[in-house]
Amino acid sequence: MRSVRTLSILTAALALGLLPAVPAAQGPYSPVTDSRLLNPEPQNWLMYRGNYSGWGYSPLDQITPQNVKKLQPVWTLSSGVAEGHQSPPMVNDGFMFITTPQGQVIALDAKTGAIRWRYKKDLPEDLLQLHPTNRGVGLYEDKVYVATVDAHLVALDAKTGKVIWDTAVDDWKKGYYMTLAPLIAKGKVLVGTSGGELGVRGYVAAFDARDGRELWRTYTIPGPGEPGHDTWQGDSWKTGGVSVWITGHYDPQLNLTYWGTGNAAPWPGDMHPGDNLYSSSVIALDTDTGKIRGHHQYHWNDSWDWDEVSTPLLLDVQRSGRAIKALVHPGRNGYLWLLERKADAIGFIDAKPFVRQEVFTAIDQKTGRPSYDPERKPTAGKTVTFCPGLWGGKDWPPAAYNPKTGLLYIPANENHCSTLEGLATPYEAGKLYLGVDRPKIKLSVRDGAAHIGELQAWDMNSGQKVWTHTFRWQNWGPVLTTGGGLVFLGGTNDRKFRAFDAKTGAMLWEFTTNSGITGVPSSYMVDGVQYIAVQSGWGVDAQRMQARLDTFFGTKTDVPQGGVLWVFAVKD
Amino acid sequence: MGADRDACSAAPSRRTVLTLALGLTLGLPLLDVAAAQDADPKAARPREGDRLVFASGSRKGRVIAPADAPPGEPPLTAYPMDPVTSVVRDGSRLNQVLLARLEPEELGEETRGRAAAGIVAYSAVCTHTGCDSWEWQPASKTITCPCHFSVFDLKDSARVLDGPAPRRLPALPLRVVEGVLAAAGGFSGRVGFQQGGG
Repeated sequence: MRSVRTLSILTAALALGLLPAVPAAQGPYSPVTDSRLLNPEPQNWLMYRGNYSGWGYSPLDQITPQNVKKLQPVWTLSSGVAEGHQSPPMVNDGFMFITTPQGQVIALDAKTGAIRWRYKKDLPEDLLQLHPTNRGVGLYEDKVYVATVDAHLVALDAKTGKVIWDTAVDDWKKGYYMTLAPLIAKGKVLVGTSGGELGVRGYVAAFDARDGRELWRTYTIPGPGEPGHDTWQGDSWKTGGVSVWITGHYDPQLNLTYWGTGNAAPWPGDMHPGDNLYSSSVIALDTDTGKIRGHHQYHWNDSWDWDEVSTPLLLDVQRSGRAIKALVHPGRNGYLWLLERKADAIGFIDAKPFVRQEVFTAIDQKTGRPSYDPERKPTAGKTVTFCPGLWGGKDWPPAAYNPKTGLLYIPANENHCSTLEGLATPYEAGKLYLGVDRPKIKLSVRDGAAHIGELQAWDMNSGQKVWTHTFRWQNWGPVLTTGGGLVFLGGTNDRKFRAFDAKTGAMLWEFTTNSGITGVPSSYMVDGVQYIAVQSGWGVDAQRMQARLDTFFGTKTDVPQGGVLWVFAVKD
Repeated sequence: MGADRDACSAAPSRRTVLTLALGLTLGLPLLDVAAAQDADPKAARPREGDRLVFASGSRKGRVIAPADAPPGEPPLTAYPMDPVTSVVRDGSRLNQVLLARLEPEELGEETRGRAAAGIVAYSAVCTHTGCDSWEWQPASKTITCPCHFSVFDLKDSARVLDGPAPRRLPALPLRVVEGVLAAAGGFSGRVGFQQGGG
């Protein structure tokens, strides 16, 4: 018994980072300043998508189409937990930080994989986790920030993992939780809330990076007296969802942060009549005050569970001889949106489907407002099938932009459709609030369809698709593209991580990992060696969609769970 | 049967030892979660003699009699209630109990031993990630968690038939006392999900 107990104590102490697990190289930590975040060094990955424009692009060019076949794992790390491992490995001058489901942050030596420290949020034992995942940390000065699934925002000492402050952002018992990587801008830590399926009222909130003090909170559903409140009826705004669960992007020139917003709750539109601002939209918030400076609603009165939480990429696009400071968004609604950033508005330029979409009948060419086929809009008591299905043309896995090829890379899903029947259910705090007859939810695949997953490359100047790679099953792979002319993603149920030629779409390399990959890949350099890093750990909606597809096909697909961080480099 | 029953659940002495050891090692104040939980009767786990009351809806708080769970109906959700103080133990989501009436002859042996008037009771909180909404399949007497599609067999100790849940739903033994349902003991295992990691 004594030896067991001693072992337990030792294990617990190790888990809490009190003893060095493996000696890590000691060295000074480079404080992450505003100017570094504005111009991140090529060797580092300092934020969710690598830069404020959300490109998912590393300028590193050591790994190329010519040598990528020699890419090999150099070290790995088991997280010890199951479910969706989605955070990018973030790197600051040799210090790496990952997050895992269950509120873990692990700090590593980016070269050797040695563990520096590990933080584990002490989660409530009776917590409900509809989306057991986390999408990464935010870095600022000498601190690391993590938003947790019990709705806390925690600041840790980057060198030791010690908790500097811990702010309760909301009450998880009412369905509020967080899974996104915080956005750091001008000394503020910005987060949004999840909980659209639990009837929350969404928001983006900013906290002082130094002490965790709340600076502002902007609801994504306007309250009484605020512009847009009249797009909701009765009390529906109080439980109308419109969550924000993916990191925003930042335009320092306009001093605006952009955020994608979730669908209105519950799912069927007739349960929340009106346009429901600012659901399924992109909103522009003043970084200092949180005031809404502009918005574009991709589709009004959502009825399809089409969150539009992915924030548009900030690009310069040429259209009709005009240079546009653009927002580019491949939507869950299956349309590729081209919008214009302005100081006090978001302008509509163009939208076209990138997968087959049977709900919209027209797009107003001036405003971008879609018209709907009423037979494709779920309502109470009516069984409706619509395509793409509720996971959309592209769900949360982020698209990427490569300034060298000028191409946008979209992880898409084609040929799938959902069937829903609305069923009004009373709101109860902290409980599922979907408004549909759950046992009747179905996913189907078009007759004769040979594939579902796609990786698409688009030239946004011409508005044309340049190449497509197809995958037989669904694709849940976040995209990384590099200065070496490559595109990396996983996302498939065969556990593969793949590299493509960014210009041609030719698949050049693949590697079978422990689990399915829904992690955001990143790239970094230490001591002159370029690394590609990604977490493999299947779960959450990739797993849910797999279960639905297996039901449809009569198959049983085993995608093992359990997270592992993989780090690759070219070896001769 | 019962092979995957949680070994930690019914071993407070071991938990106390570990808590004590950890607290001493880390120099932290002793925090015995179990003791704190016991101190709050609303959050304490159900115990022998507790009555069961409707957790929600128009009958919320009303004591449940066997006739309230007719055969073939979807499971009810209940909370335990201290019969002496009438304190409803709704201070923790983990105290939610599912009640369903099944045919006695279709029950597994262990399940039959815990049932009263053909009614079986289980923790209503999924062992995967803690969801507490359920879809009922009347033909198979199974329930599916809509969060991640784990399927549990109510006839047979709520064992996992499909999906990512790592273990069965803990059962709550029942008996009928003065015409209403009462717990004949505590949960058969630790309720809720396991955080894991490390």
